[in-house]
Amino acid sequence: MAQKAIREADGKNMIARLLKEYTNGTYTIENKFISIGPDTDLKKLSTTYKWLTKEKLVVKPDQLIKRRGKSKLLLLNTDWKDAEKWIKERMNKPVTVGTVTGILDHFIVEPFIPHNENDEYYLAILSQRDGDQILFHHQGGINVGDIDAKAVRMPIPIGTYPTASDIEKQLLGNVPKERKGLIAGFIEGMFKFYADLNYTYLEINPFVVTGNHIIPLDLAAKLDDTAEFVSGKKWGSIKFPSPFGRMLTKEEACIQDLDSKTGASLKLTVLNPEGRIWTMVAGGGASVIYADTITDLGFMSEMANYGEYSGDPNEEFTYLYAKTILDLMTRKKNPKGKFLLIGGGIANFTDVANTFKGIVRALQEYKDRLRENKVKIYVRRGGPNYKEGLRVMRELGEQLGVPIEVYGPETHMTKIVSMALKGGK
Amino acid sequence: MAGKKDYNLFDKDTQAFIYNMQTNAVQRMLDFDYVAGRKTPSVAAIVNPTGNDGFQKFFFGPKEILVPVYKSLKNAANKHKNVDVMINFASFRSAAASTEEAFAIPQLRTVVIIAEGVPERRMRELNVKAKQLNKVIIGPATVGGIVPGAFKIGNTGGTIENIMDSKLHRPGSVGFVSKSGGLSNEAYNIVSQNTDGLYEGIAIGGDRFPGTTLLDHLLRYEKNPDIKMLVCLGEVGGSDEYTIVDALKKKMITKPLVMWVTGTCSKAFKTEVQFGHAGAKAGSESETADAKNTALKAAGAVVPNSFDDYGEKIAIVYKDLVKKKIIIPRPEPPAVKMPMDYNAAVKAKLVRKPANFISTISDDRGEELIYGNMPISEVFKKDIGVGGVLSILWFKRLLPNYATKFIEMAIMVTADHGPAVSGAHNTIVATRAGKDLISSLVSGMLTIGPRFGGAIDGAAQMFSEAYDAGKTPQQFVDDMKAKGANIQGIGHLIKSIHNPDMRVTIISSYAKKHFKSTPLLDYAREVEKITTSKRDNLILNVDGCIGICFVDLLRSELTKQEADEYIKMGALNGLFVLGRSIGLIGHYLDQKRLKQGLYRHPWDDIAYMLPEKEK
Repeated sequence: MAQKAIREADGKNMIARLLKEYTNGTYTIENKFISIGPDTDLKKLSTTYKWLTKEKLVVKPDQLIKRRGKSKLLLLNTDWKDAEKWIKERMNKPVTVGTVTGILDHFIVEPFIPHNENDEYYLAILSQRDGDQILFHHQGGINVGDIDAKAVRMPIPIGTYPTASDIEKQLLGNVPKERKGLIAGFIEGMFKFYADLNYTYLEINPFVVTGNHIIPLDLAAKLDDTAEFVSGKKWGSIKFPSPFGRMLTKEEACIQDLDSKTGASLKLTVLNPEGRIWTMVAGGGASVIYADTITDLGFMSEMANYGEYSGDPNEEFTYLYAKTILDLMTRKKNPKGKFLLIGGGIANFTDVANTFKGIVRALQEYKDRLRENKVKIYVRRGGPNYKEGLRVMRELGEQLGVPIEVYGPETHMTKIVSMALKGGK
Repeated sequence: MAGKKDYNLFDKDTQAFIYNMQTNAVQRMLDFDYVAGRKTPSVAAIVNPTGNDGFQKFFFGPKEILVPVYKSLKNAANKHKNVDVMINFASFRSAAASTEEAFAIPQLRTVVIIAEGVPERRMRELNVKAKQLNKVIIGPATVGGIVPGAFKIGNTGGTIENIMDSKLHRPGSVGFVSKSGGLSNEAYNIVSQNTDGLYEGIAIGGDRFPGTTLLDHLLRYEKNPDIKMLVCLGEVGGSDEYTIVDALKKKMITKPLVMWVTGTCSKAFKTEVQFGHAGAKAGSESETADAKNTALKAAGAVVPNSFDDYGEKIAIVYKDLVKKKIIIPRPEPPAVKMPMDYNAAVKAKLVRKPANFISTISDDRGEELIYGNMPISEVFKKDIGVGGVLSILWFKRLLPNYATKFIEMAIMVTADHGPAVSGAHNTIVATRAGKDLISSLVSGMLTIGPRFGGAIDGAAQMFSEAYDAGKTPQQFVDDMKAKGANIQGIGHLIKSIHNPDMRVTIISSYAKKHFKSTPLLDYAREVEKITTSKRDNLILNVDGCIGICFVDLLRSELTKQEADEYIKMGALNGLFVLGRSIGLIGHYLDQKRLKQGLYRHPWDDIAYMLPEKEK
């Protein structure tokens, strides 16, 4: 959905492959960026890429991790033997960066470029409403600091392309004279690359100048994935990785799998498996608001999950979705009991009674465990045929011996949150 | 448009083009028009670039109207000069191009883009162009919006019941704008419960760079004297809400504004989360919902503590405006009753009508095709064969095995009788004239009647009548002789009592062996004894044998009355038609395969016997 981050290796490969095209052949960057995943055969790699064993190398994880240097996730000026060992030691192992723990499973290997600190430059291109903006700073690198304050900016109105001489005039004031032309031409080409390939964000910090060459050392980028039908061929085979640390639990993966099998939408994020408040909300917008309200009422630590179903999933899918949540929430008893909020706004054209069928089936199946776990259920929903849907829910409560409170559009959408939480404090 | 103020995009006279064939959306707009009391439908025409010019039928209240359909937008615009809105239902691939097409038409002022997934760069280009040309874009990725009592975009507002429940058929005093279209029904419900209702509601869509922003619409509402208070729903991510903060500070917005930014829960997530919308992602602290809510509150917006008291805050502001006499509540206009859709009424069990057609043998509506009461999977599981299927579809019951096998035998022996008989001959001639399979088959089939193939039916009728009337075989033969009529089913060109027809032997011995009883066959054999004593080729022939055995079969499995009914209806002719179709199709394929040319009958085979020429 819209802007999605890509791996550093994919971004650099794309530059190596295409920058020539955007600079009339004047800039070439050697394609020496190798992506290593969990299935890469490291042995084979050194025979495919002869230079690996001949040059000094850099190895980094390639998983959208910021400030890798500061987290000691960087191996510089090494040879292939040590690089291989370093990768093997870390592959498929957990690592904590800041507050987030994730599994390392992608690395980038590239040549080590010896250079001086004053060869490092900062470049970023951003998309804004009226146009794009190029940010440049003549002192790039890991110590660049507060770039928002330091960078020189050049706004580019949408639909226009800056010339090298404009770039030189507006951005390169602090660059040594002999390098101005080279860097200006590079930025001119990079901007065309950015615009034509539907990037939405690109940061190269730093790129270094050695002699007549420019080499991007560190890169972070995002593409507009809705433009796949326009630029997809040029992108090549690209996968959009999940943010670092976003490891899916078995249940989350299962729902993601269900989601991919239907035109409807099924989402589940488990925030705290021991939390007492579980939600199963229809609609993307409404589900956020339910989670908001739980947070705003001061129950963030008790919020067990974020979940959403929308786009009219069929009975089997809603059944499996509901079952997954009911199973998760009834694994460990809490003497204070638990809440399940089956919420939603007023549907446009979805038959509410129909979408409840799968949920009802799952509730029936889990009635004993729901009773044992002292689960109290609150329902709120509106839209086509909602009266029938709510009637079914009400009757179900009596039938299962599980307390179910049921409300329609006359009750404010999130009222069931405060009813449940304030009652259960 | 003349008379339309610049802050008014839609009024009671606004008419729109619908780009792409979206008949449901059009009908929903027209339904709204009717309950809103519009004089003209809000859809002037449909532009269907992949179709042809023409018309589509829709309901306008209880009556039906025709809405013109054009292939070209330009054409539509030339024909409907008053239209200034285009609701663009083109897909994400073509939405940008069709929006540009609309930009090139001066009369079109507002374009609503429904599609989700228009590339951001394309969208930004369109936005710049729109500004230059003084056009308004709503969307992309939106359901649209509504001006109660005046105009509804596409599918906004949901069902007509919801539109009435949320009082969207008549104007109130509140201007609402949100990103989310999915929540707009909920928001309109909240507005209707806590105020005198909505004046206008717009969902700008969840993209990062929507055509118009929350602020654009709030500023429009600020200028509109009929709108007394503003309600807005923002979202985590992006910085659009800060333009509202700025406008509040600069007093560009002076009407009371109740606003809430959703996504306060994002702090509960450890890693970056993308909620439903493309723009709903906090890239920095300032983009969080909490920061935005705080800034809005500081700038003078009425910000609830959570979504939970959003409605209460709206009510407080509204009541204050009523107290200050800025809003003077109006009496409810009489509600227009919307005729219920026939299908909905049926579903709700409110109406019934006698059906024009009845079927008691098969049903294709469910998960599985059903023959009689047997699902098709069962047909194969029980291996009931063609005979079984035929017995269900013709006689409405699955006959026992021996009977269905007999049916199959009958089909097998009647399948073909060589190329010389009239049916096959006609098929061959038609095939060779270059006709298609069905024409050639039918050409042969049409020869089936009293002289060709009809003997099965004829024999069955004749023999059973005589037998039922209690005539002895001798009486029967005498009667027929007296009438000078041939006995159907008796006699063969070549075969005789000494040279029996194998087919007759097979059929009759099967019947004797497996049937519960064969009274009519026995009777026929007695008749045959008499006729063959006169001439030895007056045997019971294959047609007669099948027909007569079939009567025995039906009479032992069905009641006599039922059995007679089937024979009278022509079931036995059906049997011959069915069997022989196999052979006729075979002859058709044979001739095609042999690439046989047009057949012309030789002159020397025709005796030309015309009156003599006048000299």
